[in-house]
Amino acid sequence: MAIFPLRLRDLRYQPNGRAVLAGIDLELGDEGITLVLGPNGAGKSVLLRVICGLVEPSAGSMAWGDEGARRPAQGVMMVFQRPMMLRASVLHNAALGLKPLAVSVAERKRRALAMLERVGLADRADDSAHQLSGGEQQRLALARAWLTRPRLLLLDEPTASLDPSASAEVERIIREIRTDGTRILMVTHNLGQATRLGDDIVFMSAGRVCEHTPVQRFFSRPQSDEARLFIQGELPWRMRFPSP
Amino acid sequence: MSAFAATFSEAVALLATFDHTVAEIVVLSLQVSGGAVLLGTLIGLPLGACIAVGRFPGKTTLSVLINGLMGLPSVVVGVVVYLLLSRSGPFGAFGLLYTPLAMIIAQTLLVIPLMAAITRQVVEDVWQRYAEELQLMRFSWWDSVTTLLYDCRHSLLVAVLAGLGRAMSEVGAVMIVGGNIDRATRVMTTAIALETSKGDLPLAIALGLVLIVLILALNALAFGLRHWAMRRYG
Repeated sequence: MAIFPLRLRDLRYQPNGRAVLAGIDLELGDEGITLVLGPNGAGKSVLLRVICGLVEPSAGSMAWGDEGARRPAQGVMMVFQRPMMLRASVLHNAALGLKPLAVSVAERKRRALAMLERVGLADRADDSAHQLSGGEQQRLALARAWLTRPRLLLLDEPTASLDPSASAEVERIIREIRTDGTRILMVTHNLGQATRLGDDIVFMSAGRVCEHTPVQRFFSRPQSDEARLFIQGELPWRMRFPSP
Repeated sequence: MSAFAATFSEAVALLATFDHTVAEIVVLSLQVSGGAVLLGTLIGLPLGACIAVGRFPGKTTLSVLINGLMGLPSVVVGVVVYLLLSRSGPFGAFGLLYTPLAMIIAQTLLVIPLMAAITRQVVEDVWQRYAEELQLMRFSWWDSVTTLLYDCRHSLLVAVLAGLGRAMSEVGAVMIVGGNIDRATRVMTTAIALETSKGDLPLAIALGLVLIVLILALNALAFGLRHWAMRRYG
């Protein structure tokens, strides 16, 4: 079953009456990298959690594919800012995503090792995952997700708190995953990264999508005042955190 | 020389000469407690992990019950197992009463709640951190349980040690279902109780020393293993 286009209509998430998502309208096609930008508290990470099904929206609709399925059968993965690492080897962690699938242990290891090769961690396969640096752990998390061949990969600030060289390596892998045919929706605060990686930008503020435009246009001619102020670093506090 | 020092030196002499009676009792104790801890590990650890991971009605009640059963009086377990295994009981036909197997059953029932409660607590803390990612990877409930047990394996040594400590130091239940029969069901704790009441204090102290040394050695081994694992796997 095709999972694209993904259409979100008036999607709301209001725990305890507080509008975290205040009516999201968004449509995603089947290829490219979409960057989600916006100030802290805009609802970016929550949007990813709603899309992957970890959070149930309070109202609105989410339709997958032309058939408009409410939930995708499979093919959606997410990599978190601080990914889970089992107290086990790098290889074991990489192969983890294949455990629920009908894949033999030997085949899991073979595929995981090949994937570690692609993300530059093959020589660390037998080391403990907890001994990896932050950047290496993020690469391992990407490898684990990539190994399941997702159609849509959601990335929640994968390069936050990484140094430039580790970030560059993560960005290289993200580009490869995209080339491999995976649609990517990624939250970032790094505007430079947005210009390097993104095909289009979803700009959010106060739980709403203010604009969804190609990258070049977003930075050269932002359509909304919020986006213009955000790029200039002057988005007022009250617009970031509206009173309930 | 005081009476205490004399008794103590006699006890040490018994150990130094590898007294046959002491050796027999120690071996049986290890077999019974080891068997109970093995069964307790196979049942208690998955049970605790299932409670931690599962979402079902009555989960809180079950958790409270398991915690409460950690302090289960061993004599109560002894009486219940006695009734179940006695000739007129539902399992009387198996003829297990006054055998080491009956003692293993009683001790297993004692250690399961302890091991399950510790496991639930350890696994629940980790589950809160891992739940979302395992859910996204479409892990089944059972896959999650096995993954978490594997991930917590070093911390769960504490649960196993606690079970071993409880089993080895327990006296009431094994006395009732084992009968403390010489060369058949006499273990360290029941022998210590009997020899003390008979006034044979050197044997009682010798067995007590073995018991303490064994528990300390096993704890030291577990501590070393955990320390190594923490350095190896973080």
